[in-house]
Order: sequence, then structure tokens, then C-alpha cells
Amino acid sequence: MTILSPTSAPRAGDRADSRPTETFVHLTVNGTTHTLAVDNRTSLLDALRDRLELTGTKKGCDHGQCGACTVLLDGDRINACLQLAVAVGDRSVTTIEGLAADDALHPMQQAFLDHDGYQCGYCTPGQICSAVGALAEADRGWPSHVTPPGDTGPASAAELSADEIRERLSGNLCRCGAYVNIVTAVQQVAAGPRTDADDPS
Amino acid sequence: MREFHYERAASPSAAVATVTAADTDTVYLGGGTNLVDLMKLGVARPSRVVDVSGLPLDGLQTLPGGGLLIGAAVRNSVLGSDPQVRHAYPALSQALLAGASGQIRNMATVGGNLLQRTRCGYFNDIAKPCNKREPGTGCPARTGVHRDLAIIGHSAACIATHPSDMAVALSALDARVHVLGSDGTRVVQLDELYRLPGDSPKWDTTLRHGDLITGVELPPPSGLTRRSMYRKARDRASYAFAAGAVAAAVTVTDGTVDDVRISFGAIAPRPWRARIAEQELVGRPADARHIGAALDLELVHARPFPDNAFKVPLSRRLAVSALLGLIGGPR
Repeated sequence: MTILSPTSAPRAGDRADSRPTETFVHLTVNGTTHTLAVDNRTSLLDALRDRLELTGTKKGCDHGQCGACTVLLDGDRINACLQLAVAVGDRSVTTIEGLAADDALHPMQQAFLDHDGYQCGYCTPGQICSAVGALAEADRGWPSHVTPPGDTGPASAAELSADEIRERLSGNLCRCGAYVNIVTAVQQVAAGPRTDADDPS
Repeated sequence: MREFHYERAASPSAAVATVTAADTDTVYLGGGTNLVDLMKLGVARPSRVVDVSGLPLDGLQTLPGGGLLIGAAVRNSVLGSDPQVRHAYPALSQALLAGASGQIRNMATVGGNLLQRTRCGYFNDIAKPCNKREPGTGCPARTGVHRDLAIIGHSAACIATHPSDMAVALSALDARVHVLGSDGTRVVQLDELYRLPGDSPKWDTTLRHGDLITGVELPPPSGLTRRSMYRKARDRASYAFAAGAVAAAVTVTDGTVDDVRISFGAIAPRPWRARIAEQELVGRPADARHIGAALDLELVHARPFPDNAFKVPLSRRLAVSALLGLIGGPR
């Protein structure tokens, strides 16, 4: 269960010698590639938290129902609890720790602060990663369940109504009920300018 | 969770060869949104997992005859948002966007969506008896918690429902499923993919061990597919399985029904194509009275349980509302 240095790295996909149910993987997280042997049962969530000490990503339900573990995989938001670490392959992972650029918070992090988009904060990393992914989807023109049937989709995230934001973030639960301020925070970022640096894909 | 071997499939045929030759506890892995959860719960206990999510089955391809071939590894979010699908097959786009969450849609594949297992609480709890999970142990749902379970197509052994929204839309659109087996490729109607539980509810589908779904084929866009829609009722506004659902498509000339498709979700072990109602409606006036009467001929066959009898009138209302919405008449 040791983390190996990149220089001694076996090829990704190699089975660990002693344990046929462990596999060497190269996990690229927030721009850094880590080589480690993982038990095949390890979720990406557990690999991040327990092996790479990136504990910003939270474990809520561990069954894909709460969204606390949301991270970005090649820029797409996913539930890290349902993603096997061994199946990540060469896709790159962005966690809440990877959103800020140097000392500047990501605009979504700043907006959650500005609008008090949390109370206890436990769901917040997942909310923020999910919101970043959701705005990228809207910028791509993806419709949602509440987009009128005749509409193909929004021209950009700037067009999103509060209803649209609520629907698109329905995979993230907040037991404190901070939803009202979360929607306001996401609206602020949706309306503002976004640069490529804001979209980790 | 049981320990398991993991490998990435090199090609569809290599995957089929590997799994066909292996014991039945070797399984395919798609997006993992259901399988990984079932493994955590101890409901699925594979010894070996063959990952097919990275196979080059992730494209949409227009076929020479005008149909659309959807690769089995296409993500639910990509398919639901595709402008061509949204325009030509609106029921499919709407069903996908009504399912799960943004995160899960980004992970889930088309093949995996079709093959997801029931969310029946007894099936998903290894401390409980369940004929689907452990044949012969009984079905506590009949006299227990069955509000979300089947009202039609069920058997003495099992009253589970199939949870997919997407499959209901595909059923109404007459989709066909491309299956690669050890003896080559075959194409089956979606309705032939799923089987009713009878006395062997362990098997959800007619697939054999090693069979791999490689794609789903939609018929060419037509007036019927373009005038299709999906309606879903659930306990909260978003991110919940259906309490009732319908995919419908209809064409009308001079107030008379030319052609119609109706498929129900959340009421049966598979998408429930309402063929009796469809047959009755063709050639009839496209109004609420005739639509309701046709649906009654279908739903009279329902055998609900005490806590899910609401699904009969709910399904009827959803279908009447969807069809009238498509026809454009008064509701």
C-alpha cells in the first residue's frame, strides 16, 4: 500500500506481484501524476482521501445519492464514490484543491464566500465542483430537464434561470438547506465572464 | 466487497471471448453507477471485472437507411443533449434528462443503463430474502414495502420494476439492440431484450453469459418520432426514480389517430409497451374520451398491490396528458 516514486513506476495496468486483485495506476490529480498500487475495490474517492491525502473531497452517502464526493474527470463532474480508481485510466482528475489558481480563489469558490452559500460546509466542495461542471455543460449548450422541449439548449451558462440552476445541481444535497444562497452564488458566476482557466477540462 | 480481478477490454470481440470463457461471476463494467454500488452492498459479487467503458463504442452514427446507431459506451449526458436526438427523438432526450443527476449521467453508459438492476429494497438488502437475488428465498415485497413496485407483468415470485427512464423511451421508439455474442452479432427488439420474471426472476434479460450490448439502433426520424415525448411523475422535483412515467408518440390526420406508441415506466419488470391501447386507438378520434377508453383496455390487466394501486390512475393520466399535449388539443 505504499506510494511509489514515479522513477520506480511499473506500467499502469500491471498487476501487483503479490496480489492479483491490486493494480498499479497512474492517477493524475490537479496536474500531478501519482503512481500507486491500489486494491481494485478502491473508489476514486477513497484513493483521493486515504492514499493521496486530498481530504477536501468529502464522503457523504458513498452510494452516489448525495454529491458530496463530486470531482471533475477531464472536466466532467462525476461521483468519485462510484468511480473505481483502477478504471480512471489516463483521464485527469480535478478536486476542490485544484480549482484555485495560486493564491486566487476560483470564481465559484469566491461566489460561495460572497453569498454565504453554505452553513456547515460539508457538502460545499462537492457543490462547487458540481457547479463548475454544470456551467461548463451549459456553455456547451446542453439542455436540462426544465429546458422547454422545443429548445435545443442554452447559448451559454449566462442564460440559465434559477430553475435551471436548481435542476442542474439536483445531484448535490445540502442538509443545512443553504440552497437559496447556493443558487445565488452560481448565478453570479454564470452571469460573469469565464476564462479557460476556470474550466479545468 | 469481494476482491476482484480487473482488466480493460482491448476490443469488443476480445471482451466477449474473455467473458464467455470465464465463470458466470465475471462481469462487464460500464460507467459503474449501478454495478459498483451493488458491489458495495454485496448484492453483486464478481470475481473478475472486464471494463468495456473505454471501447470505441462511443459514437452516434447515421445509418445508410437513415436510422441512428448509438454506441453502447455513449454517456447518458452526451446522448440526452445531442441536438439531433433532441430534435428527431425528443422522447429519448427528455427521458435521459429526467433520469438520475448530472454527475451520474456523465458516468452512465447506454449499455449499462439498459442493464441496470431493479431498485426494489429487498433486492438491494442482502439481509432480506429475494427471489431475484437468491432464487428460492421468497418475495417479502408482496406483503411488505411495494409502493414503488410493479402493477403489471409481475409474477408470484417477483414484483420488481425496471428503473430505467431511457429504456421506456427506446421502447416507444421501436429501438433495436445490437448484441455481440460468441457466435456473432444479432439485433433484437428492445422488448425481446427484457423478459418477464415468471418463476425465474433471477434473469432480467434474454442475454446469455458473455453477450455484450454494442449499440442501440433507432428507426429513421419520422413524423412519429419527432412528435414524441416523455412524462415522469416522481416524489420530488428532480433526481428521483419514477413513481409513474410514459413515453408517447402520435400522428394525427383530420382529427383521427394515424399511428401511436405508448410505453409505460415504473409499473412493470420492463418498459411496458401498451400494445392493446395502441391497437385500439389507431383510426379513432384523437380526443380525451377515446384515448382514455383505449388506455382502460390496457390497464384493466393491471394487478396492483394495496400500496401501489395509485399507479393505475397515475399512469392513465400521464398518458392522456402526454398524448393530448402532442396532439395539441384541449387537455
